[in-house]
Amino acid sequence: MSTQNHEGSIEVLTLDLDGHTFALPAACVHEILDLVAVTEVPGANPFVGGLINVRGRVVPFADLRHKFGMPVKPQTIDTRIVVIEVDIDGDATMVGLLADKVHEVTEIAATAVEEAPRIGLTWRREYIDCIGKLGDDFVVVLDITAIFSSTRRVRDGGGETGGRAAA
Amino acid sequence: MNISDPKDVFRQEAQDLLAQLEAVLLDLEHRPDDIELIDSAFRALHTIKGSGSMFGFEAVAAFTHHVETAFDRVRKGSVAPSRDLIAVALQAQDHMRSLIDNQEAADTRTGDAILTALQRVFDAPEAVSPAAAPTPQEATWRIRMRLPADVMANGTNPLLLLDELRGLGTATITALTDDIPPLAEINPTECYLGWDVVLSTSQPKSAIEDVFIFVRDEMSLEIERLDVCDPVPRIGEILTDLQYASKDAVDAGLAQQKPLGEILVKAGEVSPDKLASALAEQQHLQRENVAQKASTHATIRVPAERLDELMDRVGELVIAQSRLRQITKSGVDPQATSVAEEIERLVLELRDTTMGIRMVPIGSLFGRFRRVVHDLSRDLGKHVALTMEGEETELDKTVIEQLNDPLVHLIRNAIDHGIEDPDVRAAAGKPSEGRILLAARHAGTEVLITVRDDGRGLNRERIRARAVERGLLPAGTEIPDNELFQVLFQPGFSTAEKVTSLSGRGVGMDVVKRTVEALRSKIDIASPPSGGTSVTLRLPLTLAIIDGLLVRIGNGRYVLPLGTVEECVELTAAADAQSRGRSFLNIRGELVPFMRLRELFACKTPPDEFQKVVIVSSGDLKVGLVVDQVIGDHQTVIKSLSKLHSDIAMFSGATILGDGTVAMILDVPHLVEYGQVREERLKAVG
Amino acid sequence: MAKTILSVDDSASMRQMVKLTLAAAGYDVIEACDGNQGLATARGRAVDMVLTDLNMPGMDGVSLIRELRKLPTYTGIPIILLTTESDAIRKQEAKSAGATGWITKPFQPEQLVSVAKKVIGQ
Repeated sequence: MSTQNHEGSIEVLTLDLDGHTFALPAACVHEILDLVAVTEVPGANPFVGGLINVRGRVVPFADLRHKFGMPVKPQTIDTRIVVIEVDIDGDATMVGLLADKVHEVTEIAATAVEEAPRIGLTWRREYIDCIGKLGDDFVVVLDITAIFSSTRRVRDGGGETGGRAAA
Repeated sequence: MNISDPKDVFRQEAQDLLAQLEAVLLDLEHRPDDIELIDSAFRALHTIKGSGSMFGFEAVAAFTHHVETAFDRVRKGSVAPSRDLIAVALQAQDHMRSLIDNQEAADTRTGDAILTALQRVFDAPEAVSPAAAPTPQEATWRIRMRLPADVMANGTNPLLLLDELRGLGTATITALTDDIPPLAEINPTECYLGWDVVLSTSQPKSAIEDVFIFVRDEMSLEIERLDVCDPVPRIGEILTDLQYASKDAVDAGLAQQKPLGEILVKAGEVSPDKLASALAEQQHLQRENVAQKASTHATIRVPAERLDELMDRVGELVIAQSRLRQITKSGVDPQATSVAEEIERLVLELRDTTMGIRMVPIGSLFGRFRRVVHDLSRDLGKHVALTMEGEETELDKTVIEQLNDPLVHLIRNAIDHGIEDPDVRAAAGKPSEGRILLAARHAGTEVLITVRDDGRGLNRERIRARAVERGLLPAGTEIPDNELFQVLFQPGFSTAEKVTSLSGRGVGMDVVKRTVEALRSKIDIASPPSGGTSVTLRLPLTLAIIDGLLVRIGNGRYVLPLGTVEECVELTAAADAQSRGRSFLNIRGELVPFMRLRELFACKTPPDEFQKVVIVSSGDLKVGLVVDQVIGDHQTVIKSLSKLHSDIAMFSGATILGDGTVAMILDVPHLVEYGQVREERLKAVG
Repeated sequence: MAKTILSVDDSASMRQMVKLTLAAAGYDVIEACDGNQGLATARGRAVDMVLTDLNMPGMDGVSLIRELRKLPTYTGIPIILLTTESDAIRKQEAKSAGATGWITKPFQPEQLVSVAKKVIGQ
């Protein structure tokens, strides 16, 4: 996902996960849904451990909190599903992302990762597309393609469960 | 949906007409005397010309004019539809297609060359086409047959005669048992039965008479044509027409306000069998009526995207409806509840109907291959006849679309590598015309699509040698044919001695495999010693509607394809306790290994008190799956899983339940295999 | 199980042609070269259909049919007559003797197969 444009600005959707604000390139966002019933997929990586029905389509449900090592807290009235389209190994795939809260679609001025020391190493560098400036705050723009790429899926695919035995 | 550009409408219509023209031309090659075919070719050309000039497709109209003129001469019988003419007409058809796609870009020289070729065909001395008999229309006949008593003793089997009648069309047969004597007087070699048959057939009356050729002189046979009219005749009219009841008796019966047949039978005016015969005739006519109507308003065209949109809307509706149900469940106005229930029923029916619309008979795809076969066999100088079976087999349209390329490849391979040159075939004592069979059928939870040729078959030794040489197979290993032949799907694997423009370059088969695997399918290859090669694609009913059994494990609901389910039994406390160490059940003396899906799925909720075992099978193997609850039948559309989940082999897909939630579909063949392997391991351990 | 047809004909080339045609259509064919041999063969074993020529030395076709119909096991077994003449009288004679049907020579192989299918099925 090459949305990086260090001089210019990009349009993003901002959302909260475990008290931190992140941004997704707005171009990949399809729609935002209220939380619906999530069907557990035994044997799947907990990061993508469920399936949801989005307008008659079966769509994988991803919880980035597993990816970022955040505690998984119960849903609140603000919990939403952000349906995005992401390229997974060559297939354009719809994925529902859990968000604790969704803020807004906004323009931000983007800066390179290196120029944002305050963000430090809290999140894996390879999941970050760039750093945006929103008012006085920095916001992490996620690299969705990198997060869902299969090589990484395997590398940090902890939490494999017993179901894998049948694979 | 906005109003369409008339040009697009013309393009769409012309594509249909051209496809129809192609089919007609290919048919004409085999039935050059069929005047109906010549007429429909002419009509298609005429329409394309007419609409073309109306919508500004001048080049199309001008070119088509010449072809139309040619077919007008064929139609008038002054020229026969020779093979050469058909070949040129097919080229012309292709050229028209490219003119319609883009008339500026099309090469006028191509068109001129085709028209010159057309002229040459006409100038060639050619026998005048014999006056073709008009193709008979379908008609409905009433056949009353009474065979002589000794007919069976003389070697005629009446059942075979009835079968032969059935073979002519749609037959409704009623046996008349009125003349059967009391049991003590029956001579087992005599025939006491009579039959009334109503037959709808496109065959002429003489074909019906021919059925009875050997017994015609001794029997009583009446064949009358019936009108298929709307409304169908009343039962009284049929009875009097058959002379099974007198007009007076019918009128007397009608005077009473009861079903006429009942009265007449009770009054002894007509025997139950004769009434049954009249009723059967009435029903047959009714069915023909419906069929005729159906064929007159056959179909309307809908762009595929609109179907997808419809499906999406229905999906949303299902979710909204499930919310509505949640709300009404929590106890509001009872009137609102009853409306909500009504809506639920309607929504589910709507969903099923919508899913059904997406199912397309595979014949629409098979039809395209006739041209492929025609062109290829011409290019390669081989004679090939294509036969098709099971064209009515239904699959989801998206699956059908994806099957096109792999099947084209397999057919090309069959013609190029499989079918020998005519002289080679003649030398081997085979008919010079090679055969390719393209067949589709349902088998359990799979749809099997087979491409079979009667060519030279696969050369085991050469394939083995090549596989060893390429390091795909250790030297000296014996493996079953089907496994050996799988190496053909390795990229770059080819044993062809010469490279043709079509195959032998070792590209293609791996592409076939990739496409087919993306559909979660398997390929079997067989090359029996008797000759020929057959390649079978085993498609799971992915995306197709299947009947499933809905079960619950913990809090999750799962679907098992009903075709794989043998039976459901209780997991008795004894079996449960005993099975801590070993895991098999005794089902009527047969030991069936079983698996606790709760354990497999790492389910954390406590198990239900009375667990059920669903016995499923794959091939000859059975395995029991322990579930918490068997919920019931569920008709379902299989949705394939994304790459994020496609590596989890326990599931073949997912589906959306009536309440809008997603349920996983269990991959039974995989689970059975896994269960059997695990059982063997347990046995080995002791 | 393939059905068995007994072919009775004094012409070896005719028998050959009948055998090739019917065998190709999936039937088993056994042969006899005249009426007497045909009757003896029929006595020895059951068949599903008999195909007999009309004019043969020794016992002719009509007599063979008459004899076969006397055998309890041959009641109801289809017997097809091969005849060169389309003469109605000879045909009628054969029919009253118990023939099931007939084929007029010369005939196309397909006709023979369709008659077999007609009287004994596939």
